[in-house]
Amino acid sequence: MSFAVNMLTRSLNVFHLGGSACNNCDIEIIDTLTPRYDLERFGITLVGSVRHADVLLVTGVFNKKSAIRLKRAYREAAKPVLVIAVGNCPCTGNMFQQSYNWDEPVDKYIPVDAYLPGCPPKPEAMILAVVKLVKKLRGLTLPKA
Amino acid sequence: MELGYLILQMLVFPGLLFTAAAGLVTSWVDRKVTARVQMRVGPPFLQPFYDVLKLMIKETCIPAGTARGLFLSAPLFGMAAAALASMLIWRAFIPLGQTFNGDIIVILYLLTIPAVAVILGSFASQNPLASLGGSREMKLLLAYELPFVLAMLVPIVHTHSIRLSDLLAAGAVVAKPSGIVALVVAILCMQAKLTLVPFDAPEAETELTGGAYLEYSGPPLGVFKLTRAMMLFTMPIFLVAVFCGGIAFDQGWRPVLLGALKYLGLVVAVVLIRNTAPRVRIDQAVKFFWGPVTLAALAAVLAAFWGW
Repeated sequence: MSFAVNMLTRSLNVFHLGGSACNNCDIEIIDTLTPRYDLERFGITLVGSVRHADVLLVTGVFNKKSAIRLKRAYREAAKPVLVIAVGNCPCTGNMFQQSYNWDEPVDKYIPVDAYLPGCPPKPEAMILAVVKLVKKLRGLTLPKA
Repeated sequence: MELGYLILQMLVFPGLLFTAAAGLVTSWVDRKVTARVQMRVGPPFLQPFYDVLKLMIKETCIPAGTARGLFLSAPLFGMAAAALASMLIWRAFIPLGQTFNGDIIVILYLLTIPAVAVILGSFASQNPLASLGGSREMKLLLAYELPFVLAMLVPIVHTHSIRLSDLLAAGAVVAKPSGIVALVVAILCMQAKLTLVPFDAPEAETELTGGAYLEYSGPPLGVFKLTRAMMLFTMPIFLVAVFCGGIAFDQGWRPVLLGALKYLGLVVAVVLIRNTAPRVRIDQAVKFFWGPVTLAALAAVLAAFWGW
């Protein structure tokens, strides 16, 4: 395991990139960062600027207009940056697949490192997703869910 | 030889490396105490080191239209000034070299440079939110500098000297009534100098999304974070030196322990204020510092003239 991977996985700054989500996933993300789960134990903190981000938490359906902003935000983030698609919407388009302005799921626009389905996913599921992502990066075996 | 010894002091002890390490440990204390106040476990001991080292491996984004040279060099100015200020303070504690007449004034100037570096960096980045953060930082700097310098006048009036080692030799000024008032004023100014809550309007995560640091990423952001940590170490040490009689290293372990306790007490006071106060608007902060705080500092200076 390289020094860079070691440092990156020990200090993940999370940026929440909301794309017209129904707010359920956003509320669950905020729940995950409350004292009850205390993610600062693992060095995970929420940041306000996409330039400071190591992880983009993408929520909501990205339609033809907001996908442009999604690509721009990804371009502006300092690399290396990881992307987690939180909820059914960014993973698949959910019930908006037939919508007139929906085009493609998020992984067609930007590379996604972890898919986290659920409507909304529980905070425990989010922590598990981060743990799996960290273990994948560190080259360890994944725990059986 | 003399010059080499001085450069070694600047770069290793008690300058850059020592201040950086001590600052990161202090910022761990800050985060751990914050976590305990919020009934959390808090980050591991090495977390601030990981945070800064991680930023060193990240990409440096330079936004279009940025004043490139200023954008990249501003963090270095701030860090160099913080390291130099810390070195001058520690030279008074440990007889590494001579202190010189007027070193308090030099330290006061050096301690404003990190804030100036933040202002320059935020304006260089051309981002409207960062510029707003920079202008707030500038107003805050103008607001707290006046009472801070007035508070520093109190021990200077008591000892009739502007040399740090004379202040240390004269003993703790907080034993006098004017010293207590001056220390309280200085703690409030320290809170604003470190841009911690309630005076964190320049970086207001919720309204300015990181404020002055908004466009920074990678190593320059890491240097800014390191500078903040170094200031979190240097400011309480400066107040301990000026008001509380400093830390004596030549009389066994008891004065050293006492000095460390004084320092930790100031740090914990800062952390507790930051955790129990809401953010004030920038106009409220300016009114607060130019109104009651300056009046209190003036009263302390007058009292010091009368020998209280």
